[in-house]
Amino acid sequence: MAKNTAGHRSLWSSIKRSKACYLMLAPFMIFFIIFTVVPVVMSLPMGFTDFDMVQPPKYVGLSNYTTLFLSDRVFIKSIRITLIFAIVTGPVSYVLCFLLAWLINELPPKLRTFFTLIFYIPSMASIYFVWQIIFSGDMNGYLNSLLIRLGVVTSPVQWLTDPKYILKVTIIVQLWISLGAGFLALRAGFQNIDPALYEAGAIEGISTRWQELIYIVIPSMGPQLMFAAVMQIVASFTAGAVAQNLVGFPSTDYSAHTVMTHAYDYGWVRYEMGYASAICMLLFIAMYLLSRLISKALSRYMD
Amino acid sequence: MSQINTAKLKASNRRAGRKIGGTVAIFLFLLVLGAFMLFPIYLALVMSVKPVEELFIFPPKLYVLRPTLDNYRDLFAAMHRNRVPFSRYVFNSVAVTVSVTVLQVLFASMAAFVLAKCRFPGSRIINSIIVISLLYQSNVIYIMQYIVMAKLHLIDDPLALILPSVASPLGLFLMRQSMAQMPDSMIEAAKVDGAGLFRICWQIVIPNQKPALMTLIIFAFQGAWNIQSGSLVFQEQYKTLTTAASQVAASGMARAGVASAVSVFILVPPVIVFTLAQRHVIETMAHSGIKE
Repeated sequence: MAKNTAGHRSLWSSIKRSKACYLMLAPFMIFFIIFTVVPVVMSLPMGFTDFDMVQPPKYVGLSNYTTLFLSDRVFIKSIRITLIFAIVTGPVSYVLCFLLAWLINELPPKLRTFFTLIFYIPSMASIYFVWQIIFSGDMNGYLNSLLIRLGVVTSPVQWLTDPKYILKVTIIVQLWISLGAGFLALRAGFQNIDPALYEAGAIEGISTRWQELIYIVIPSMGPQLMFAAVMQIVASFTAGAVAQNLVGFPSTDYSAHTVMTHAYDYGWVRYEMGYASAICMLLFIAMYLLSRLISKALSRYMD
Repeated sequence: MSQINTAKLKASNRRAGRKIGGTVAIFLFLLVLGAFMLFPIYLALVMSVKPVEELFIFPPKLYVLRPTLDNYRDLFAAMHRNRVPFSRYVFNSVAVTVSVTVLQVLFASMAAFVLAKCRFPGSRIINSIIVISLLYQSNVIYIMQYIVMAKLHLIDDPLALILPSVASPLGLFLMRQSMAQMPDSMIEAAKVDGAGLFRICWQIVIPNQKPALMTLIIFAFQGAWNIQSGSLVFQEQYKTLTTAASQVAASGMARAGVASAVSVFILVPPVIVFTLAQRHVIETMAHSGIKE
């Protein structure tokens, strides 16, 4: 008991000693708590309720979750599509982000800004309508008109409505916009590497770009690699906007119906917010576990 | 001093196994891939200066025969016809973008510094809450956020566009990850010299984090510039330029031409800020060059 109060006292004294830390943290935390933490905490129990936004939420236990797994066939299909989508776009664009950030860094400084901008622009621009015209199902679509003139196909291909192509087209466009926050963070990471490290490496006998990358660059970029991984997980698992803007909602035969699209469907179309938030909760658990796994894998590059 | 720097820069240019051929190959590879990345942007640009009759000719052209600024003229005319003058939208956008960017950068940098470099009760928990908040995406959050804002009487108040965005967990996470690599010895030395945490943060740590800081500014600006008034403010006089332009694109006169003009127009300020910020990074790295 005495030990316990002593523990309390030392905790209290270390809190008091860290006053300056809390002061510097305060401006961020105040707004973060009000506008992010409180809404998130309020939304956590919603998955166990029936909530239509008109009447107050009604507790229904686990029934949303049992319905999801036992009788919602579209949900099961959306899991499969999300997994395909995430397994393709996640790693590919992660590697692409890193590889391009590195290759750009190998160029003279003047060219770096130029190329970083070129690869980053797609994630800034929202121009789904251009992709819709490129993949348009009539002969006026850029791709169709090109293929017809080349004689590859004789009649226009329904890129955006034929279930055979919908997911592929969506993945291409998702990859196109995926050089976003993670890519820029990695670029910043490359720019922040102490040049003395390279010199030391050269003296130690590193003789190629590849060796430099593996022995110097990667070990000193653990934190940025983790940041990019989290961004990538979120982008590839919560994807839905691309499909909705590109191939319409719902897509033909639910071919590009991701888990997030399913949540959107129940939340904003059917106003079954309880059900929608149960879907989001499952997605969050999956993403959280994956991020822990990646963090473990990268832990040897962290300090 | 400058002699040492040039000597070191030369040394760093002689880095491991750099052959000019390899660099040229990398340049060409990036050029080809870059052209593919830029192609849809180029199309949007071309479409925004196409006259109506050229939008639907077959086969579709990759260039414009008779370029016109009609689409842009239509866009600005449509925004002018609204109940508030065009300058009002500009003012709103500047006010929202500048205040969100400045506050977000200040708050996130300070918080990131203490979370990366100080041990205090609660620091570990806060660190994991930040990551969790990035991973937890749910459309229910927006409803709850709306309820919170209604309770604070922020709905239809211009502050509704600013306050929810000033604390960005993404910005904090970015800065924290970058600061984590800074050697503690630098901070300890400053502490011995009697500098307070606040001074250490702004005079020693932040100036050393230029690349991450500029990236944070780019993210903050981009996010702030694209804030959609949407369901938070209803009065036309509080709406931002991007909201007004998107309204035009979404309204009846949304021909492909005007829609492209809108997206090109909205893209310009972030591209300018991006270029300035990146150039600043490269200049400071070239001047101070080596950090000790």
